[in-house]
Amino acid sequence: MAIKKKKELDTEEKSPENRILSFPDEVLERVLIFVKCHKDRSAVSLVCRDWYNAERWSRTHVFIGNCYSVSPEMVARRFPNIRSVTLKGKPRFYDFNLVPPNWGADLHPWLVVFASAYPFLEEFRLKRMTVTDESLDFLARSFPEFKALSLVSCDGFSTDGLASIATYCRNLTELDIQESGIDDLGGSWLSCFPDSFTSLEALNFANLHSEVNFDALERLVARCKSLKVLKVNKHVTLEQIRRLLVRSPQLTELGTGSFSQDQKLRSDADLESAFSNCKNFNTLSGLWEVSSVYLPALYPVCANLTFLNLSYTALQSTELAKLLQNCPLLRRLWVLDTVEDKGLEAVASSCHLLEELRVFPADPFDQEVIMEGGGSGVTESGFVAVSEGCPNLHYVLYFCRQMTNAAVATVVRNCPNFTHFRLCIMNMCQPDYLTNEPMDEAFGSVVKTCSKLQRLAVSGLLTDRAFEYIGTYAKNLETLSVAFAGSSDRGMQCVLEGCPKLRKLEIRDCPFGNAALLSGLERYESMRSLWMSACNLTMNGCQLLARKMPRLNVEVIKEDESDDMHAEKVYVYRSVAGPRRDAPPFVLTL
Amino acid sequence: MEVAASDLDNLKATELRLGLPGSDAPEKPAPASPRGSKRALLEANEEHRPGKSKSLEADSRDQEAQPVAKARVVGWPPIRSYRKNSFQARKAEVEAAGLFVKVSMDGAPYLRKIDLKLCKGYQELREALDNMFRCFSIGELSGMEGCDGPKYAITYEDKDGDWMLVGDVPWEMFISSCKRLRIMRGAEARGTRSSP
Repeated sequence: MAIKKKKELDTEEKSPENRILSFPDEVLERVLIFVKCHKDRSAVSLVCRDWYNAERWSRTHVFIGNCYSVSPEMVARRFPNIRSVTLKGKPRFYDFNLVPPNWGADLHPWLVVFASAYPFLEEFRLKRMTVTDESLDFLARSFPEFKALSLVSCDGFSTDGLASIATYCRNLTELDIQESGIDDLGGSWLSCFPDSFTSLEALNFANLHSEVNFDALERLVARCKSLKVLKVNKHVTLEQIRRLLVRSPQLTELGTGSFSQDQKLRSDADLESAFSNCKNFNTLSGLWEVSSVYLPALYPVCANLTFLNLSYTALQSTELAKLLQNCPLLRRLWVLDTVEDKGLEAVASSCHLLEELRVFPADPFDQEVIMEGGGSGVTESGFVAVSEGCPNLHYVLYFCRQMTNAAVATVVRNCPNFTHFRLCIMNMCQPDYLTNEPMDEAFGSVVKTCSKLQRLAVSGLLTDRAFEYIGTYAKNLETLSVAFAGSSDRGMQCVLEGCPKLRKLEIRDCPFGNAALLSGLERYESMRSLWMSACNLTMNGCQLLARKMPRLNVEVIKEDESDDMHAEKVYVYRSVAGPRRDAPPFVLTL
Repeated sequence: MEVAASDLDNLKATELRLGLPGSDAPEKPAPASPRGSKRALLEANEEHRPGKSKSLEADSRDQEAQPVAKARVVGWPPIRSYRKNSFQARKAEVEAAGLFVKVSMDGAPYLRKIDLKLCKGYQELREALDNMFRCFSIGELSGMEGCDGPKYAITYEDKDGDWMLVGDVPWEMFISSCKRLRIMRGAEARGTRSSP
């Protein structure tokens, strides 16, 4: 259990009142074990010094939302008993190629410190970090109790790194490399799991490009009787999935491989019976390249599905409708816009418990759609239809090419409980296509109606009015993403002045300048980070900010030498670790 | 809404400009624009447009699109790289792979598969089907002038699930919506006519 600290006997504190009021730290620590959420733990640590100490000794999981806000040495000093680390690195706009490669967020310095501070570390959950094969090898060899590795949107490693993990982590329960950019050097890493290895509970390599050794995979699945999550990549065929299901009917989450014609599949009935044997599915994903003739094989497992991810599947509306008729308990649905409005109407009629909907564009760059039946995607009427049939909807991510203010107002009237509202009208600066007005009123209605709104992404033609609405009404807003919007500094000022819970603000291509940046002087220390790119910021403005707020890191990314005064990309974040020591030449810390 | 006009509107909406859509803005961004837009990196349209002709609507859109370069802004729309890669990979695969559809014939003991991409038009399709099912002693599939009418009708299932007569729509439209073929014969075929 926890390493006991030396009891500090301070005789002055042992007055009768204090002896009655205070109880031993060990008791407090035992109680605090039940406080899991890191925000609650932070609150606990602020009560008084005793509570701060009890909290730091009893904390086993640390969440670091920005890897440069604190140094690994500081973490190790404060928390002696960490078993699990969540670490997030690059700014989110890195995902959209707005941050140059080699920007940073290298895991290795953390590993070096933690290898000596936390030899019994069990989990690393990383997002947007750079992880090299050397780091993975070091990790695998340094932490004998290591159990769970989750790499979301990470890069810098190859299948060789995975081989190290498979070889040395004898107690591994989870290996999840979803959405990470990985160099594929072949599929033999799976064979590195020794024959005696049986502890795996979750395996996700859905985004790997190369084939894996199927025999090794099948044997691994067969001997890991606790396997609950299995998400394979698109090279795994239908017949292979069938064989894997036969070995692991206890799965709760499955990501299939290719779901298209497979000559090796003996019969459709075999496939269907393999699925029927799995009584515990709650999540289904994958379904790359679906031949709709095989979809009925899924119907037996649809009854208990709560999460269906069809975002890699170019389904038509009729195919989706038939599938969804079997999924009455669905809570989360991700689809491509090939299903069109008709498909969304089917969602509305079949999935009344739906809470989350994400509609991704099949053809985001308006190219010729090769996929069967490529149409025009989804419009405002599909959005309205879903809101009418699914009153519990509280999370939406919707890519479309046209929208109206009236439709959005209707949607939030039907579903006032939105916590996450991310609308992306893909044509930049597009107004309401019926009235030709800006989309200000749409987002106005969102923030006025949805008082629980935590995350908002806006798009379309927007003036400062939209931001006035946000500043006036969005009192619980924590994350805001803005692109190609606003008319003047006032827009950004409204948000900074009006949204007390704002933590992450990311802005690109907006007419916000130094005045707007400096209006948030008081705010940035209570926020995780601010990103502004292609706005009207100058080096002078950023330097002023840096001078006035020494506990902020104000970083400017300078990629071309032409204009010395303009600050093209600015990243501002609070930090107790001081300026970065590993900044590449194109990152200037002011 | 007239198709060509809406296509033109959409095209204008994706142009890099800062005036309100609908206003007659010049090609270059206005001077008062945020500096950022001028600096927005333009990626050349890296996708190779397949040489196949598209449907009529798309053709007219192409002609109107000639003077406008299809420019892209970095990171817009905000789709993560792994998703973009999966679309591009899939497009490449679809282009490379054949377009195999099942062909059934009434009375034949088994089905066949035909690659629609290998046929350049309806005539070739008929000839290919003729060759495939010749062994069932069905004679010629294509109706000819002067015969006492065709004994068979070639039908196909489209993406909506309806059974349609082959030959009505342009070839490109047909192969993009055809899911399977069925050669109907006998009583069902009577009273139908195959298109020239």
